[in-house]
Amino acid sequence: MVSPILELKDINKSFGHVQANKNINLIINKGTIHGIIGENGAGKSTLMSIVYGLYQADSGTININGKNVKLKSPRDSIINGIGMVHQHFMLVENFTVLENIILGFEGELVFGKNLEKAKKNLRNICDTYKLNIDLNSKISDLSVGFRQRVEILKSLYRGAEILILDEPTGVLTPQEVDELFKILRSLRDEGKTIVLITHKLIEIMDLTTVVSVMRQGEIVGHTKTENTNKEKLAEMMVGRSVLLRLDKSFAKRGDVIFKVKNLTVKDDLGVTRVKNVDLEIHSGEILGIAGVTGNGQTELLEALSGIRKVDSGEILLEKIKISDSEKFLDPRQLKEKGLAHVPEDRQRMGLVTDFKAYENLIFGYHDQKSFSSSSILNHNDILAHSKKIMKEYDVRPQSPHLITSNFSGGNQQKIILSRELNENPKVLLVGQPTRGVDIGAIEFIHQRLIDMRDKGAAILLVSVELDEVLSLSDRILVMFDGGIVGEKINKNVTDRELGLLMAGVV
Amino acid sequence: MEYLSDIASLINSTLRISTPLVFAAMAGLFAERSGVIDFGLEGKMLAAAFVSAVGSYFFGNPWLGLFLAIIACVGLSMLHGFASVTHKGDQVVSCVAINILMIGLTTALAAAWFGQAGLTPTLGNDERFLEITLPFANSIRDVPILGIIYSDILSGHYIFVYIAYLIVPVVFWIVFKTSFGLRLRAVGENPSAVDTAGINVFSMRYKALAINGILIAFAGAYLSTAVNANFFREMSAGRGYLALAALIFGKWHPKTALIACLLFGFTDALQIRLQGVELPTIGTIPVQLIQAIPYVLTVILLAGFVGKAMAPKAIGQPYIKER
Repeated sequence: MVSPILELKDINKSFGHVQANKNINLIINKGTIHGIIGENGAGKSTLMSIVYGLYQADSGTININGKNVKLKSPRDSIINGIGMVHQHFMLVENFTVLENIILGFEGELVFGKNLEKAKKNLRNICDTYKLNIDLNSKISDLSVGFRQRVEILKSLYRGAEILILDEPTGVLTPQEVDELFKILRSLRDEGKTIVLITHKLIEIMDLTTVVSVMRQGEIVGHTKTENTNKEKLAEMMVGRSVLLRLDKSFAKRGDVIFKVKNLTVKDDLGVTRVKNVDLEIHSGEILGIAGVTGNGQTELLEALSGIRKVDSGEILLEKIKISDSEKFLDPRQLKEKGLAHVPEDRQRMGLVTDFKAYENLIFGYHDQKSFSSSSILNHNDILAHSKKIMKEYDVRPQSPHLITSNFSGGNQQKIILSRELNENPKVLLVGQPTRGVDIGAIEFIHQRLIDMRDKGAAILLVSVELDEVLSLSDRILVMFDGGIVGEKINKNVTDRELGLLMAGVV
Repeated sequence: MEYLSDIASLINSTLRISTPLVFAAMAGLFAERSGVIDFGLEGKMLAAAFVSAVGSYFFGNPWLGLFLAIIACVGLSMLHGFASVTHKGDQVVSCVAINILMIGLTTALAAAWFGQAGLTPTLGNDERFLEITLPFANSIRDVPILGIIYSDILSGHYIFVYIAYLIVPVVFWIVFKTSFGLRLRAVGENPSAVDTAGINVFSMRYKALAINGILIAFAGAYLSTAVNANFFREMSAGRGYLALAALIFGKWHPKTALIACLLFGFTDALQIRLQGVELPTIGTIPVQLIQAIPYVLTVILLAGFVGKAMAPKAIGQPYIKER
């Protein structure tokens, strides 16, 4: 029997108290596309960083073509034929493509003969896989899709037989994803082995031969892709069955508690981004706003949450005017009146990522009596509260002292959500609640929003994910070029209908 | 013909005055291109001046003095690296510590060893570097133009001056034409890219700091064993900071940094030349006003004319592997 090209045996790796990889056993065969799927924080990237020599395993062995290897640095891995395309590209932006590729493998002290050889070599590789890259262009001039190709080319130039791609499609447009998959298939056909790390089920089903599922640092299963389906994989990933489609009861609509009349908002450059918008939200209802990015949704949310000045029109909360062009309540005053906001850009507006989790968990509510007395924070109370709330919202890891940037996207979002929902707001404004969030957390977040609705909150949901708007909302408004171009009751409405409205066709 | 010799002597002193700036700017270039801020040029220059003066005095050989200064400066650079590369401390704080430590240490050691606070004994002619007269300098002085250029501008400098201007193209060649230079520039822009290319980020930064130490030692030794014949308190007089300004003004590029150094040297030479000179209609300009020219120029250049200074992207950030 031919030995597998890559074999991992009993790999363990801990960071402090967190065990990122537990007894990992993995066999990858030559010429396959092997998927590794798992939620954010399941340990996929750590495992592949060990294979790439960036981290050293605490214990375990790695065999390549049946031979035991020690991978102490990326150099060892590269020499052993392993290449990796990282989620954040490892490119020097003001270098040319050529400079980036030869970096570390110049083959000579003073540039000369080998540089010419490298160019020829690279052109051959480009032709073979139809990469179509100009070696002399600067990285900063290239689109994200092309930068990724440079990364692939770099690995191939260094002689990679195994190419690891870490979440390669997160930053790509659908067209770029198609191109990437074409390249990956042609690499496989040439006998290269590809390891695809992702949390997107559709990519696994589309591309891979074999898939391994990781959960909480362990591999929970291997299977041939043809013998499985999305639902089964999702269940393995999360550890229980997942509703890929949300089940929800009908809204029990109450009175209108939030009302926007003829609202116009300008952006920082003075361009009118929201034009004469009228909307009403009843208690116990989720109003979804669909639209292609950049059609005024961001400015609308900012104006409603008191971050951006209103140019004309007015906003009413429980029939009391809270904002018009003359005066507006700031976010703090709005919070006191029962309006909570989960901002679109969670890292910039929702969190101070350098702060510890417990600090972010009370931020904005820190001057409440339960957290502070005469301006001095009550650490014990805050910690107790944080522990309780982190458990309730299943924030992982449940360590209030961890710096927020060390949490995964989904868990960061849960921190914000728990902070805002804990106050039982009357009105909740939510922007892109599940952007960059894994499926287990998506389900959780969606369920929490439905629960809030059922408790009687009025929820405004802004999302560019049409599926999300469709599965959560009771009523849908479509925004195009700053105005509301359509309203639909979410019953028998199709994504095609909404798509036409979003494109401004109707 | 008198104004010709005036110009010649102005250029001559520009070259002299710029010399320590050029060494320091090139030293700073290596550190900063690798992503390590070097505010400590000033302190290291001072240390080199002190060590080379003391070394020459004890061993009677200026070259040995220079050698000891190199050891001292490389040591200080390693200290900076230990604090800010290995232990990821704040780079500016580490530099400030070096600067302050060196002001105090040189003064105190001079007091302890020679009984005079901040002064070392005067060096004899065989204990210091002397000006070099180029061959035939005297015989071709009378050839028009060429004679002046060769005899009055190029000839008659200390060896440091020649080394300084020869080193700039060498630095350019290393930084832009060798694989070491490619890695150096990469590590200051995106250390993760260097790490994943299988190159040790820390060892690259230490190598850059070692070169930095060697180069800055020349600047210090020039001050105390060439243009002067002893060390005196705070004799670096802000040249380290000025060189750093020149480096930033030169956008971390050897050629433009050289031009900036020469510009600063020129204004200094000019202010010396203008002192006491009576200008028509204006009369004598106060010395203080003239002395302020180089500094005013620095502020204006840095504030207004640099445009967007394209610093190495990773400068000032200790390298921490992402988790």
